[in-house]
This record gives sequence, structure tokens and C-alpha cells, in this order.
Amino acid sequence: MEKEKSLQMYYEMVLIRRVEERGVELYQAGKIGGFMHLYIGQEAVSTGLIAAREPRDRVITAYRDHGVALNCGISANEVMAELLGKVTGTSKGKGGSMHMADTTKNMWGGHAIVGGHLPIAAGLALGDQYAGNDNITICMFGDGATNIGYFHEALNLAKTWNLRVLWVCENNQYGMGTAVERASAVTEIRQKAEGYGMKNGQADGMDVTKVYAAAQEALQYIRETGHPYLLEVDTYRFRGHSMGDPERYRKQEEVKKWQENDPIGIFRAYLLRENIATDVELDALDAKAEAETQKSVEFAEASPEPGLEELFKDIYAA
Amino acid sequence: MAKITMREAISQALMEEMDRDPAVFIMGEEVGVWGGTYAVTKGFYDKYGPERVKDTPIAENAIIGGAIGAAMVGQRPIAELMTINFAFSAMDYIVNQAPKLRYMFGGQFEVPMVIRAVGGGGRQLGATHSQTPDAMFAHFPGLVVVSPGTPADAKGLLKSAIRSNDPVLFIEHATMYQVRGEVPEGEYIVPLGKSTIQRSGKDVTIVTYCKGLELSLKAAEELAKQGIEAEIVDLRTLRPLDMGPVLESFKKTNRAVVVEEGWKSYGVGAEVVSRMYEEAFDYADAPILRVAQKEVPLPYNRSLEQAALPQVSDIVTAVKEVLK
Repeated sequence: MEKEKSLQMYYEMVLIRRVEERGVELYQAGKIGGFMHLYIGQEAVSTGLIAAREPRDRVITAYRDHGVALNCGISANEVMAELLGKVTGTSKGKGGSMHMADTTKNMWGGHAIVGGHLPIAAGLALGDQYAGNDNITICMFGDGATNIGYFHEALNLAKTWNLRVLWVCENNQYGMGTAVERASAVTEIRQKAEGYGMKNGQADGMDVTKVYAAAQEALQYIRETGHPYLLEVDTYRFRGHSMGDPERYRKQEEVKKWQENDPIGIFRAYLLRENIATDVELDALDAKAEAETQKSVEFAEASPEPGLEELFKDIYAA
Repeated sequence: MAKITMREAISQALMEEMDRDPAVFIMGEEVGVWGGTYAVTKGFYDKYGPERVKDTPIAENAIIGGAIGAAMVGQRPIAELMTINFAFSAMDYIVNQAPKLRYMFGGQFEVPMVIRAVGGGGRQLGATHSQTPDAMFAHFPGLVVVSPGTPADAKGLLKSAIRSNDPVLFIEHATMYQVRGEVPEGEYIVPLGKSTIQRSGKDVTIVTYCKGLELSLKAAEELAKQGIEAEIVDLRTLRPLDMGPVLESFKKTNRAVVVEEGWKSYGVGAEVVSRMYEEAFDYADAPILRVAQKEVPLPYNRSLEQAALPQVSDIVTAVKEVLK
């Protein structure tokens, strides 16, 4: 992998980690409300995936969306401001943690109804197909979303109409607190694509280079054939489902075992081993991410609350 | 002016808009090769082809969710629900996605989509296929809910709905496709969110819409024979609700009946009457009455079904009651 791209990916992964760690502090201080689902542990998935897209490819995801937003190029300032409900946030403080989007960055939202955004993703691709565009919609979702009807209606439509969608299942082993094998008839999610005659693949989601390579292959397949593709990426969230998760459903040894495979650590070791980067360079990126995060907190805290006039704005077209 | 059926009026609106704007396309169950289960899109498939008249799987989430996505990226899909009773299968998209996307993302998204749905009872289809659940959809801010009662309004409102940048639920009545009326040819637009007077009168106000309009017009004829002149206000759009003509008429007649086909409890009438009392209580000379469906799942048997649905005689009786 070329150096510049590798360093950018490393930086984004560290930035996601730092932004969310500060998010935890701000949540505990009562400055962030509602639900907040952390991406910590899964950073390699969206980083590898989005690094492989072209800017014209659309991205749509579920509610665990901070990392995806940052990878798509939304600034840490806007992400942090949205978490704090400020008017300078990605969604003017009206969406919160689960609803980040920026259409200018082709980030079509975090969506909070499990599986609900899958037919919408098919629709984004349908709109592009209708317009004669050959860009791709990348739709990310969790393993839990593959057990609900939306998933099956969306995959069936995508294959029947050959919509250009890269379906990416982030299999983080649990839908909230229910392990995959307790909720899904097949534990290998990619098998579900077989029923729709859809090409599919699998990747190790703790290794960003593997996610990147698998995403490149899948995107190339879609560009060449015009058919959809389902990519299952195995990963693990290091923190609870959301803030305030007692985590009774998994053992600490299991969490520790996965944490030994920290995607940032793995990628750092790879970059050093392959002589792509030096410790000094990577330390500098760590410091840059730390500074960017600090700046985003200051920006968000200093930003104004939305005025009451925002309450009735954007319900209908003006 | 040509007298055409409700079916022809809707068909005309769809065709004119498809001819006008290439971003408009139709998707739904049996809209293409079959020609539409109510024959509204008959001939469309041959004229516009499978790209613009899309036969979908029987999968309401894919239909409405897919239309939302296509609308978000700039197309103007018209998604057809074979009946509004199938809307419940896609409830998340109709009430929880389409009306929220603009607001929740700070105005970034737009969902210029029309959902055409056929509602109403009276065709002996049994309890799950005969409902008039309009009020529950009108509960949700962000959605526009339209239900015309005349062919001219059907054409003009549908054209507005297709041009609107908001998601519009357009509810047609299963027993009204053969209703005839004068409809202007070519460009004819009726604005969304505007009630109108369909019949002038000085003695009593009847507020209604869709099938209720047909029944109320008949009731008004009978009442006229008895020397009672009813004024009929047609809501046409349930959300946003235009109370202007309702209040104006009520302030003149001081007596009112609200007629709807749906159930009375928590219904359109409940909303309209509340607002009349809130905004014009002092003008009431008698309690406002509601005529609505009996609180039962609609039965198959013809006479039982008709006993549950509001009838012209129910409206006449209610009007006489408020005039006592």
C-alpha cells in the first residue's frame, strides 16, 4: 500500500479512537445526551472500506456512525458539535450521535432503525441506476440487521434489479447483547447472500489492509458487472453496545482476547514491519489526532446551541 | 369542460407529469404489465417502458424504502401501494423515515416522493382490506396527507403532490374510480393544504373529504328538498390541515356535522371538531356531531358491512339533530 494513503488511514483510525474517548468523557459529564454507540475496536472496518471508495460512491450506515462520518471526511469539529447538540454539528444538532450525514461528502447518514436503511440504500442505488450513473452505494450494517425483513427485501430487490450496492455486514458478534448464534440461523452472515444469488466475500475486520483489499475487490466486481455484492467483515466492539451497557452477555476474557488484536496496534505494527513508516512519523500522527480532537472539543463547547427558531425549521420544504 | 372519471383524472395527472419531468417514475405491485390493479396505469408500461413503470416484488418495505432512497438522490418516484392496508407493512418508511429525514439531518435531505394508496370499505373485502386509516397517517409531522373527493381535485392535487418536495401520501377511494366530474384538460393544479367549499349553504356546515364528500353531497340534496341548505367544506388535505374555510363557514351557520369514513375514535372528526371548539366555541349554537364508521372491524357480509359504514341517511339524521 502506498505510504501517503497508509498514513492517512492510520491517522483516521487514531482520530476515531481519540474523538470517541473524549466523547465518553463528555457523555459522563452530561454534555452528550441520548444514546451513544462507540466504534472503538471496529475502526479498521470503515477506514479500510471508505479508503477503497471513489468520492462519487455513496456511503450509508447504521447508528454506530462516528467513525464512518470521520472517514468520509466530515471534520472532527462537526462530529463533536453534533454530539453536543450544537448548531454547528453535521445535522445542526437535530440528529445527535446516531444521525450524522453530509451529502457533500457522500455520507448519507447514520440511521437508527435496525435494518431500516437497507431498502433506502437500495433506493439510493435505484436513483443512480435511473439517472444512468455508475457509482456505487456502500451500505454498512451490523449482524443484527440481517435477521429483520428489511435486509431480505433489500437484498432481493438489489439482485433482481441489479442495483450497484456493496452490502457490508459488520459482524461484531453481538446484536446488542445477543450473540450471533443465538439470533441468526446461520452464523456466517455471507451465506444469506447465497439465497439471493449474490456474490459475496469475507474479511478480517481487525486488519485494515485486509478490509481495504476485500473492499477493492468487491467494488471492482460491482463496477465491472453492475451487480451487487455482500461483504462480511468480522470485527469486535471493545466497548458496550451503547453507553450504560452492563455487559452481562460476554466474559471479560473474551473482550481481552479481542483487544489483543487492536486494529490500530495491528496496523501500526504492519507499517513499521513493512518499513512504510517510522515510529517518529506515527507518533506525530498520534499527536496530530490528539490535537485535532482537543480542538474539536473546544470548537463544540464554544459553538452556540440551536435557537428556538430551529424547532419548526425543516419539517417541510420551504 | 370534459366529464371524466376519477380513474381517468388520476391517470391523466400521472401521464402529464411523466411527460413533463423525466425524473418522475412509477414503482409498485402490478403497476406495469398488469396495468395497475385498479387499471389506473393501464397503457403506461407500453408507453413509458419498464424503466419508468417498474413492477416490484410484493415487498412494501422495498417499495417505499426504495422510493425514499431514489427521491433522496433527486428522482421523483411515485410508489404505489396496492391498498392502504398494505401500508402497515411499510409503516416504518411512511411515518418514521420519509417524514423525518429532512428534519433529523438539519435540512440536508429531501424526499420528493408520492405514495399512492387505495383505501376505503364497501367492496366486501373483509376486515384487513377495507380500512380508512387516514387519521393515523395525518398524525405525523413531516408527511403530507391528501385524499381527494372529486376527479378535478384528484388531478390537480396529484400534480401538486408530484411536484412537491415533501413526501405525500395520496389516498384514493376504492369505490370512487367511476365517479365522474368535470376536469380541466392539460395543466390544472390544485394547491396542497387548502380546504374548499364544495357546496354553498346557510343553515349548517358539513365538513368532510374523499368518500364523505360523495355521501354529503347526496345528503345535502335530500336536505334541500326539506328546505335545509347545507354548506359542504372539503378538507382535501388532512395534513397540513387548513381550517380557514371550516371556521368561516361555521361562524356563519353556527351548526356543524363532520363526516368521515374512518372510525370515530381518535379520527379526523375528532381533530376537526376539537379545533372548531378551540377556535370558534362562541359561535356554536349546538354541539357539533360526527358521522363515522362503527367501531368494528369491517365484516364481509354486504348488509353488515353497509351497516358499519356511514350512510347518507346518517348524515341527514345528524344534520337534523344539530338543527334542533
